[in-house]
Amino acid sequence: MNQWIARQRYLVDFTLASLARRKTKNAGLLLVFALLVFVLASVMLFASALRHEATMVLAHSPEVILQRMVAGRHDLVPPGYVERIGRIRGVQKIEGRLWGYYYDPVVKANYTFMAVVPAPASGFAARPGAREASAPPAAGEIVVGSGLARHRGVQSGNVLSFRSYSGKLFSFRIAGVLPADSELVSADLVLTNQADFRAFFDYPADHWTDVTLSVANPQEVRTVAQKLANALPDSRPILRDEVSRTYQSIFDWREGIMLALLSAAILAFAILAWDKASGLSAEEKREIGILKAIGWETGDVIRMKLWEGLLVSLSAFLAGYVAAYAHVFHFSAVLFAPVLKGWAVLYPKFTLAPAIDGLQVTTLFFFTVLPYATAVLVPIWRAAVTDPDAVMRG
Amino acid sequence: MIFQPAIIALLLASALSVAMLAAAAPFALQLIRRWDIACGSELQLRLERRTYLFSTLTALVFVVQIVALLLTVFNADRMAAMFVGAMCAVGTLNANAWGFPMLHAQIVLFFLAAIWLVLNHVDNQARDYPLVRVKYAFLLFLLPVVAVVAALQLRYFLDLRADVITSCCGSLFSEGSRTLTSEISGMEARPALLLFYAALGAAVFANALHAGLERRWSGVLAGLASAAAFAAAMTGILSFVSLYVYEHPHHHCPFCLVKPEYGYQGYLLYLPLFAATAAGLGAGVLQFFVRRPGLVVPGVRAATRLAGFAACGFALFSAIATAMVARSNLVLLG
Repeated sequence: MNQWIARQRYLVDFTLASLARRKTKNAGLLLVFALLVFVLASVMLFASALRHEATMVLAHSPEVILQRMVAGRHDLVPPGYVERIGRIRGVQKIEGRLWGYYYDPVVKANYTFMAVVPAPASGFAARPGAREASAPPAAGEIVVGSGLARHRGVQSGNVLSFRSYSGKLFSFRIAGVLPADSELVSADLVLTNQADFRAFFDYPADHWTDVTLSVANPQEVRTVAQKLANALPDSRPILRDEVSRTYQSIFDWREGIMLALLSAAILAFAILAWDKASGLSAEEKREIGILKAIGWETGDVIRMKLWEGLLVSLSAFLAGYVAAYAHVFHFSAVLFAPVLKGWAVLYPKFTLAPAIDGLQVTTLFFFTVLPYATAVLVPIWRAAVTDPDAVMRG
Repeated sequence: MIFQPAIIALLLASALSVAMLAAAAPFALQLIRRWDIACGSELQLRLERRTYLFSTLTALVFVVQIVALLLTVFNADRMAAMFVGAMCAVGTLNANAWGFPMLHAQIVLFFLAAIWLVLNHVDNQARDYPLVRVKYAFLLFLLPVVAVVAALQLRYFLDLRADVITSCCGSLFSEGSRTLTSEISGMEARPALLLFYAALGAAVFANALHAGLERRWSGVLAGLASAAAFAAAMTGILSFVSLYVYEHPHHHCPFCLVKPEYGYQGYLLYLPLFAATAAGLGAGVLQFFVRRPGLVVPGVRAATRLAGFAACGFALFSAIATAMVARSNLVLLG
């Protein structure tokens, strides 16, 4: 064993020295390889961070959202609808929600208006502590998200006017700005109380936008949804799991599309690696010839060349991955963000939680090192089987 | 199909593997027919040179396949979030009919690939290519196996449908699907426990015996004992080790062990088990060739080392499994 290790050490030693002798050629390859790893790793790190973020956000959303459908379109929930659901075992809370979109021509962006509803819509008692942490804003007051505040240049205490869809002008005093750490979900949010919301949108009395249900046991969610679908055939229950899965698939799909597009780059790189490995300089050929003349076997030359490939690809992999990590988590993935996260006027600013994932590293390794290894194998062999006398004479 | 990086990587790896082995196949045929080490003809010289290329190529393919097994399990576990009712890799693999055949084929390929790598290593140690025909005949046998694995992977991944909210109709599209039971019924705990320790003890003993005796029969015995120990170890993991790890009397899943919730403990079990089984099988298979001229010294040496490694691996596996059982709060045998 010790002998084996010593042998490999000498081979590595020799390979490093021989790499250092041809700095420019190897540096070029290293740079291109590292760049490829950087691009692929950036996409993968960013997508997985977004997936992680989506899971975190959804963890706090209600288990079931119930929408009423009319002619296949989302419609308002009429009075008495919630009561028809009746009591379903396992459901802790049923709440009507009021929300809607408002287009602000000043900043050309859509806001989400939401009414903070103090008490549960039905007679069910809420769990202590499960109530909304914030009380509804007073009449004529709103609480806005930090993205909106930044965009409109307003702060707590200012007055903000909106022309409602009915043409009337409404002025609200800003009672507060939501904390920036919730910006991912609250960038474009405007919180009002129920009366203001209904007046602003001319919302029909006792109607709700949709209904949320809290279910404590995750295994009962599906049964609850089934019962809802049976009791209210014109409704559509949306489960949190379904939303979460959909997000996963969307980000996976976007990531996959990016990688598929980048596969052309992988192919180009494999061709470059092949070319570089087969274009042996006269000096390199002589070197191999001399090595074989002094007693190296073909197997040794191949081993030396494999070490060379391994050292180049590992250092390029490491450099590219570290650069991608810095790019995604310290520079907010400036290069790929528009493709992967989508776009909006009031886009939330958020920092991603850094995470490295074994599956991801292995996948990336398959994507980069495997094509490289395959591409350089034949040129390596061709170099290794050259006859010493043929090279030294030529 | 689900468009996902790990899936693309696995398909890429299989496609490359099949392509490389297919490229090696005509050469393998030629070599088996025309190889004659005593002859100094130009063809023989060319063949000798080419074996370097194709041996390296095939070794690369098999190393890749070994890593691919790990990636498959890891990825299956991760994708569980995308299927209704799937909690771990079992759910993902059960998502269509091709999942488990794919995994089993990959495990078989893993062991065959490991044996090929052992033969290749021993052949490289010897002076005059004593195993070259065996190696390439084995490669021709492995080509269809790799192709089958690739085809199963392709079928499995193409047939995967993630359960997501469909864009317009929605309305609980997934209401018909039932929760996939990941409960694999195992044996009763007591006989499984006896079988587990008996088979593993036998494997450790047989491998250690061969490492000391270096006889042919002991080597074959070591190989057989290793194969039996693998089966017994998997049964044991299913029927009682997993129960102790989860501290739950009815949770028999071999895949939840590799989940982060259980601290990736499964890798502690599976890595030594698979490595030891592969080494033990390699030692056993080598016994059929150690009598060949030129192979006596390197063959016996390699078999001895492999058997020693297998004995240590099985012992480590048993120790880890025992530690997991001892640390658990579950009382299974009253």
